[in-house]
Amino acid sequence: MKCEKLSLTFETADGPVFALSDIDLQINHGEFISFIGPSGCGKTTLLRTIADLEKSTGGTITINGVSPEQARLKRDYGYVFQSSALYPWRTIEKNIALPLEIMGLPAAEQKARVAKNLELVDLTGFEQKFPWQLSGGMQQRVSIARALCLEPELLLMDEPFGALDEIVRDHLNEQLLRLWDKTDKTVVFVTHSIPEAVFLSTKIVVMSPRPGKIIDVIESGFPRDRTLDIRETTEFLEIAHRVREGLRAGHSYDD
Amino acid sequence: MTTNPASSPSLGLANRVFAGNVGPIVAISAAIFMIWYAGAVYLNAPWQIDKFERAKIEWSMSDLVEETLKQDRPVLPAPHQVLVEMNKTIFGKKITSKRSLVFHTGVTLSTTLLGFVIGTLLGGLLAVGIVHVPALEKSLMPWIISSQTIPILALAPMIIVVLGAVGLKGLVPKAIISTYLCFFPVTIGMVKGLRSPNPLQMDLIRTYSADKWQTFWKLRFPSSIPFLFASLKVAIAASLVGAIVGEMPTGAQAGLGARLLAGSYYGQTIQIWSALLTAATVAALMVALIGVLEKYTLRRMGTQP
Repeated sequence: MKCEKLSLTFETADGPVFALSDIDLQINHGEFISFIGPSGCGKTTLLRTIADLEKSTGGTITINGVSPEQARLKRDYGYVFQSSALYPWRTIEKNIALPLEIMGLPAAEQKARVAKNLELVDLTGFEQKFPWQLSGGMQQRVSIARALCLEPELLLMDEPFGALDEIVRDHLNEQLLRLWDKTDKTVVFVTHSIPEAVFLSTKIVVMSPRPGKIIDVIESGFPRDRTLDIRETTEFLEIAHRVREGLRAGHSYDD
Repeated sequence: MTTNPASSPSLGLANRVFAGNVGPIVAISAAIFMIWYAGAVYLNAPWQIDKFERAKIEWSMSDLVEETLKQDRPVLPAPHQVLVEMNKTIFGKKITSKRSLVFHTGVTLSTTLLGFVIGTLLGGLLAVGIVHVPALEKSLMPWIISSQTIPILALAPMIIVVLGAVGLKGLVPKAIISTYLCFFPVTIGMVKGLRSPNPLQMDLIRTYSADKWQTFWKLRFPSSIPFLFASLKVAIAASLVGAIVGEMPTGAQAGLGARLLAGSYYGQTIQIWSALLTAATVAALMVALIGVLEKYTLRRMGTQP
């Protein structure tokens, strides 16, 4: 995925809001990228632009050589939202099968993919439950399974664990990392938690608000099969420090 | 020391009755009947006093009360008079007889149901159009809303005359009048229901590049079901009103509306009230039936109990 001079301006009654300005970014296959920044820095907007949920107003953006709209029409990515967005009238099984129904896959194939991805997020046995019968963390795992069952190359995640408590979040972070390691997908992950970003990512994109822009891009070289223990290492703390410095610099002219 | 209310059987029973629905229902019903009886005595008394005085009969208060509750053509019939009349005309007549209330209820009910079905389909179609075509909201909504400001009583004879001129007679014109009243709540409810999916749910199905048809069947329509049932409850009651109104300008041949009109021609107040009470009972039963359907459907859709 590649963007050059990407910008997006919302026209509002109080004048234009520059949500994104001059974003240059390249994401390579198999990377785990995090966008981090304070609220209003455009990290979610950038993700939504990649997903063709917002249209850029300047610059170019391509995903595997095609426009976001074409990528969306080809169902090239899976999107995980801040909340699970499960349809309450569908069982867990039916919720995960929703994209497959829309694609028009045969029933047997649907069933196989649902079973496979439920197992991947460790929720086998919950097929016939309705969303309200599951905890928040479980619901979010269902929504990840739903995104994965499209078998996309690219997984877009918008603060997927933001609403969960820290213990559940740590656990899901580890699961997600293992999933990424196993499936060799590209993940773009939006967060406002520094430890989460440093722990998960191969590349951290630090952003600042008004106008939304990239301040720093930090590569980190942890092994793919890392565990939560790396959070105690000096290397981890150094990267976390650099991220924090970047965020502070972005804020300095704000006061 | 505190006493446990459950340990005293009589108090426990009273608590149970008033904690549930039984107590309030009985209390309200009793109050309505008492007000009704008091009203009957009060409203029928002048005629009765007049009658006593013409016949030069000495009368007491208890005579007055007794006589006001058994007049032939009271201003306000007493509940038991209406119930006796209903019993006589519902269970005491062959249902093919023109004097049978079951026969008339059947006529009204078939009009109601046909009008309800057409109205629900029409109301739903209008809502689907309005939600999907922005121009339709601006162009149709004012007409839909102003259609409901015209008194149906004024419009009903026109509909009968116009449809009669093109050869439509009998059931259909009456059903159309019923439709006219009942499509409205369905349209309003379904427009709201079809727009009820939240932005996240809409974004989600957009990322699957679902077309409008798929978005409708997999998201908009299921989201609208609770709104649909609320609308249907209003619509079925409105259908019945429309059916009764529709029976009046057709010469009062058959149906509850015909009974009402005939009753008022001949001053048969008891007949009017028994037709009214029957209509109210039928409406309540139909609303309750939709309520049962609603419960069943929502349970199938996994609504949290």
